[in-house]
Amino acid sequence: MSSLTDTQRSNARLGLWLFAVYLVLYLGFVLLSAFAADVMERPVLAGLNLAIVYGFGLIVGALLMALLYGMLCKSEPLDESSHGSTSQAATAGDEAQGDLA
Amino acid sequence: MIYDPSWIAVFVFFTFVGATVGLSFFLGRKAKSSAGYFAAHGQIPWAVNGIAFAGDYLSAASFLGICGMIASYGYDGFLYSIGFLAGWIVALFVIAEPMKRLGRFTFADALDAKFDSRGIKAAAGASTLVVSVFYLIPQMVGAGSLIQPLLGFPHWVGVVLVGIVVITIVVTAGMVSTTWVQFLKGSLLVVFSAVLVVLLLGRGFVAQPDAFESIGPIPVAGLNQAEIAGRRVLPATDGWQEHDDLVRFSRSDDVGFDLFHVQPAGEAQVILRQAQAIRRTSDGAMIDGAPLGREATQKELKPVGTLTKLPDGQSETGPLGPVSFFNTLGESEVVLWRNMTVEHEDETKSTVYFQKLTPGNEVLRPGEHPKFAGIRSDEPGGKLNFLSLMLALFCGTASLPHILIRYYTVKDGAAARKSTIVGIASIGFFYVLTLYLGLGAMTSGSMDLTDSNMAAPLLARSISTWLFAIISAIAFTTVLGTVSGLILASSGAVAHDILVGVVGMKLSEAKKVRVAKIAAVVVGAIAIVLGILFKEMNVGYLVGWAFSVAASANLPALVMLLFWKATTKEGIVASVLVGMISSLGWILLSSDTYKSVYGWDPELAYAPFSQPGIVTIPLAFATLIVVSLMTKPKAAAA
Repeated sequence: MSSLTDTQRSNARLGLWLFAVYLVLYLGFVLLSAFAADVMERPVLAGLNLAIVYGFGLIVGALLMALLYGMLCKSEPLDESSHGSTSQAATAGDEAQGDLA
Repeated sequence: MIYDPSWIAVFVFFTFVGATVGLSFFLGRKAKSSAGYFAAHGQIPWAVNGIAFAGDYLSAASFLGICGMIASYGYDGFLYSIGFLAGWIVALFVIAEPMKRLGRFTFADALDAKFDSRGIKAAAGASTLVVSVFYLIPQMVGAGSLIQPLLGFPHWVGVVLVGIVVITIVVTAGMVSTTWVQFLKGSLLVVFSAVLVVLLLGRGFVAQPDAFESIGPIPVAGLNQAEIAGRRVLPATDGWQEHDDLVRFSRSDDVGFDLFHVQPAGEAQVILRQAQAIRRTSDGAMIDGAPLGREATQKELKPVGTLTKLPDGQSETGPLGPVSFFNTLGESEVVLWRNMTVEHEDETKSTVYFQKLTPGNEVLRPGEHPKFAGIRSDEPGGKLNFLSLMLALFCGTASLPHILIRYYTVKDGAAARKSTIVGIASIGFFYVLTLYLGLGAMTSGSMDLTDSNMAAPLLARSISTWLFAIISAIAFTTVLGTVSGLILASSGAVAHDILVGVVGMKLSEAKKVRVAKIAAVVVGAIAIVLGILFKEMNVGYLVGWAFSVAASANLPALVMLLFWKATTKEGIVASVLVGMISSLGWILLSSDTYKSVYGWDPELAYAPFSQPGIVTIPLAFATLIVVSLMTKPKAAAA
């Protein structure tokens, strides 16, 4: 993956980290529902049970993490954009970022 | 239920559909080249594309199916909302930017970017077609459900109407107008759902303990008498004798019978609660023994969806906040309806709907739906089914061909990323609303027992006819938007991947567009037929299957291509084919398909549980790895 630029590589790494965090949260929800359904009934916040709080939390969390990703992704100088195009399908990164530069 | 077509509804509906089609004609004039037809020249602004993601993704299934499932079973429908949204995280963090970098028109382009292999084009083109057709079925079923109450036409007319309008949109216009149509309905859907939720919270809950009759409690011994509470019991014959928990009374006006379901009520006591039966005969439907209709000698099914008790014995709550809505419902008692089948001697069947009084806190937790009830038992099959579905939803979004092609309509990777974020914001907001809409419909007193897909529009009708007309028209145009996207994706697969890439036809730009349009007509026709065949099923459930097939066929190949250097073209082809065939085969052999599609005994089904994802997604990954290792090029050690 040496043909990827530093920016592309760091954006990709960021994407994978955030993905891993969300995966853990989602797995937690699914496994709790499947193996500890009773826990989901307990009231945890303002009288709402865990199922509702966790469910809404996953939706709001997805949005917050998406915004975080949008803010932290680095933009890339235009002249480096050709490096990524011939590389094998690698990781997330930007090819042309004229509008952000 | 019998629906009265309202003029307001007809007017609003045709205005919407007319405006949509007109818009697509107007915008479509420009799309002559294939870059224009398939990818809108990559010129769509990212914000518009983001909302169009919502219009594309928030299909009839999200709106009608999820709300319907929540309205019938509570929280379980919301599991789909959560899974559908979580899938976008995969799309944004892993797939979005590489997709944009690698492809041109179709999903197969991206898979094939490194290899230029006919095999990959063929496999990816085929899986695009299969997934799109599977996803089309629920959209068409939803359209049919909507048209019935709105315009008074039968189900199949709705399906045919959608088919024709969509084919017109796709054939005249391509991606530019499809995008703008999706943008329009995506924003309308989110805005009006929000309006509906605000009105719903403003109305609050009303307790209606007497919406349906009940008799008793009486001692158990009182059941086997010729009369109960002064009403004469009809002898249980013609199949009714098989169900000793059902009691029929004769009526003084002799119009059919009154049906009651016997439910335990404390020690040696029972209570009889009113039930409703629909018997389908060759001469039409019979409701509680009388022909369906509005005459004095006829009957119809009553709308349902009531609360018997509110907290502290209140009769109505008045306006509620977003949190007190749940807290109040949790302390109330809801009437849910379940059904059983009575088989008669002439081989017709009655579906008997009976009340199930449920504490409110039980509809706010997962596990009420029979398909998810497994999570409350120790039986491993039920838990696996649930895990399997949640996995398929998570992996499915990022592998839906009609979503993936939307990455080619913007100009670069950054725009792809930003439009995904806009998409997540609008879709996530909408999914939060689905829980309110579904639970609101559950308690609206306006639900149709025979069609759970109508919950959200009927909820709107319980508030105002105008709102009903607008919500139905939006739902219908939502179907149009999603179906256009799907048909466009399929026609791209046929023209671009299969005919040009695999068969090797040399098509000029204009000819390629023409071939794609012909393909669009054919796929549209297939969708119409399937939409009529699958009429009975909840559309949300059907979409779950489309996600399973997409996740099994497409995701493993896409992810491994991006992250594993040793992936070979043979590995990709094998993975796509194995994922597609195994998941499809599993679904066709599952008990749900046996029961609802073929009408066979579900016990005979081969698949151990209904949702294939948990087996077929890892299987496709494993296939890719094994085949890639076996076909590793000797010279270059990857």
